[in-house]
Amino acid sequence: MYLSTVSRPATDPPVPGPGRAGRRAALVSGNVVALGTVSLVTDVSAEMVTAVLPLYLVLGLNLSPLAFGVVDGVYTGATALLRIVGGFVADRFRRRKLVAGLGYGLSAVAKLGLLLAGRSVPAIGAVIAVDRLGKGVRSAPRDALITLSTPPQSLGRAFGVHRTMDSVGAFLGPLVAMAVLLVVGRSYDAVFVTSFCIAALGVVVLVLFVRERPTDRADEGGSADGAGEPAVSVREAFGLLRVRAPRRIVLAAALLGLAAVGDGFVYLLLQRRENVELTWFPLLAVGTSLAYLLLATPLGLLADRIGRLPVVLGGYVALGATYLLLAGPLGGWPLLVLALTLYGLFYAATDGVLVALAGPVLPARLRTTGIALVQTGQALAYLVSSVLFGLAWQAWGPDTAIRVAAATVAVVLVVTAPLLAPVRRTASRKVSR
Amino acid sequence: MTALSTRAKVGLAAASAVLLGAVAAGYAAFAAEPAPPPPPTAGAGSVTLDPGPRLLTVTDRHVASVATADPAGPRAVSAVECLRVYAAAGTGVCLGPENAWSYRLVVLDAALRPQRSFAIPGLPNRARVSASGRMVSWTTFVGGDSYTASGFSTRTGIVDTRAGTTVMSLEDFAVTREGRPYRSADVNYWGVTFTADDNHFYATMSTAGKRYLVRGDFAARTVETLKENVECPSLSPDGTRIAFKEAVDADPNRGWRLSVLDLATMRVTATAETASVDDQAAWLDGATLAYTLRQSDGRPDVWAVPADGSGAPRLLVPGAESPSPLT
Repeated sequence: MYLSTVSRPATDPPVPGPGRAGRRAALVSGNVVALGTVSLVTDVSAEMVTAVLPLYLVLGLNLSPLAFGVVDGVYTGATALLRIVGGFVADRFRRRKLVAGLGYGLSAVAKLGLLLAGRSVPAIGAVIAVDRLGKGVRSAPRDALITLSTPPQSLGRAFGVHRTMDSVGAFLGPLVAMAVLLVVGRSYDAVFVTSFCIAALGVVVLVLFVRERPTDRADEGGSADGAGEPAVSVREAFGLLRVRAPRRIVLAAALLGLAAVGDGFVYLLLQRRENVELTWFPLLAVGTSLAYLLLATPLGLLADRIGRLPVVLGGYVALGATYLLLAGPLGGWPLLVLALTLYGLFYAATDGVLVALAGPVLPARLRTTGIALVQTGQALAYLVSSVLFGLAWQAWGPDTAIRVAAATVAVVLVVTAPLLAPVRRTASRKVSR
Repeated sequence: MTALSTRAKVGLAAASAVLLGAVAAGYAAFAAEPAPPPPPTAGAGSVTLDPGPRLLTVTDRHVASVATADPAGPRAVSAVECLRVYAAAGTGVCLGPENAWSYRLVVLDAALRPQRSFAIPGLPNRARVSASGRMVSWTTFVGGDSYTASGFSTRTGIVDTRAGTTVMSLEDFAVTREGRPYRSADVNYWGVTFTADDNHFYATMSTAGKRYLVRGDFAARTVETLKENVECPSLSPDGTRIAFKEAVDADPNRGWRLSVLDLATMRVTATAETASVDDQAAWLDGATLAYTLRQSDGRPDVWAVPADGSGAPRLLVPGAESPSPLT
């Protein structure tokens, strides 16, 4: 059985010659640009709602949001499972675009659902769950389409460009929401309807411009996605984890997920250390997004040149450094700027680049399932590490807890690097079993 | 779809964008909130915070007052815009908008003149003034800093208006939970009520999924837990009882029963109000509680119910919220 049909070196040796790399810099496949545009538009829509939802619940509906956080953890488990099922369905019917489209569609419809849910807390909870489900279902097929429409040696760049477009959308969303509120006053309905219209436009762009079977792929023809072969079976999907390279990368992703504690903790520690004026608290997240947005493409390009593994591992070094800073002697503006930049760098170096690293290792016909497994493993581990960090904070206090978190990053790096090193080699040649 | 030329696709996308844009703009025009009418400052005289037989409320987001003897009758409405208001001994606290998306706390004198004012993070939720008018507290909802992503957290602060001390968040106070020192990143406070000594206070503290009644010491910066499942405490004028909202079956998703705790016996008595009350109640006198309930469309009304569990709730001030007796 072919594990990997990658016919070119993924990362080793690095892309030769600056001239060639320079000429290629202009080349991100049309499909990647289309997917990036869909993500940008969709994120504008999503972040609009995120920005006004607290205002809407508390001031618009006069609901008590504390009752609201309770339902949160329950959905994470269900979404994780459905994400894998969605990935498998996308592979089995070779309908990655359709499954991604359904995910985008679900999230779009959820925006209208907010209007219909009215003041019912369970209904609003259900609508938010549908929105999350859509987000969970769409990301694996979307990333699989990116890997299938990009030559393996350019995956870093492709994901870099995609994640940059994605975060530009996330950056613009709250601004658009504020603009709408400025025009209509406290009518939150108008924000939801606008958000729905923007999300619907995203679906239109997807339907019109994203291709299921990329014809613009540089090296391989239409068989890249496994067309013409027998359909993927459930057994084969389970078998994915029995094979060494994919198993290693899923395991590594979960381990790496354990290294990161929740964003909220990082911002809370910064706020406490620096006594950041509480009013400015939300700007901490904005600072991180800005660093992420600016660094995603350069780091993707770097990953194509020097290899994805060093960039991913470097990202986790930046994460460890961020944690150490939070318990270190540095203070004031230098701490804020350095910590947020390093934190954004962590996201830029790992989020897309890890999928770029994983993609070539996963057989094309099972790629969506594989990516879903990688992302789910990481998400679940992240939830576990956040809970553990909460307990550590309780037991030892914030300073010790964050030092332990930094030490955990170091341990995870030591364990993960040898796990992923063979993956990098495997990715570069044809493997059979 | 593959049959379409690129030009046709771009055309279709552009047409969709125009159509969807028109839908959004049309809805916005249809749904836009009409400019609120200027508040009628005249009518039933002007609003003051001087102690007297009047009840202070928020009406259409403006500070207003009615006569206690005729609460549904003529209403004096001021130009001061607040989402939450409370007053005692001629000192008021107003949580009002600073601009479209941020809020501030304003301490008011008896003539509603601002004495001090500062930005508060998040969305206004609770406000309280001590009986002497010296201590002021507030609670806001803050989105997004809970570690399980979309959870909400609260921020509660206290100002000592005489000494000029401001604590922006109680989260730095030392906690004793069930007799033992306790700390956690997820500690949240809401709903402060002050005792007569202007130093001790009661409040709700939540951590690890539980909500406690705590007794705090402002000068010592400490709190200790007293009882579980007590939210939004409101101390009676004689300091012997606490009105609070009790989550049904200890699950806030099932709503809250307005109840009263006797501090000497720690016995809880449910009031006759069976609707879910999500408010920090106010004591109109030693025997009556006032609180806000919302109709299905979100319109608020102020209701009153006896504190001893007898009688029945009655509608006090229609179309108003955030009740505060002027004592």
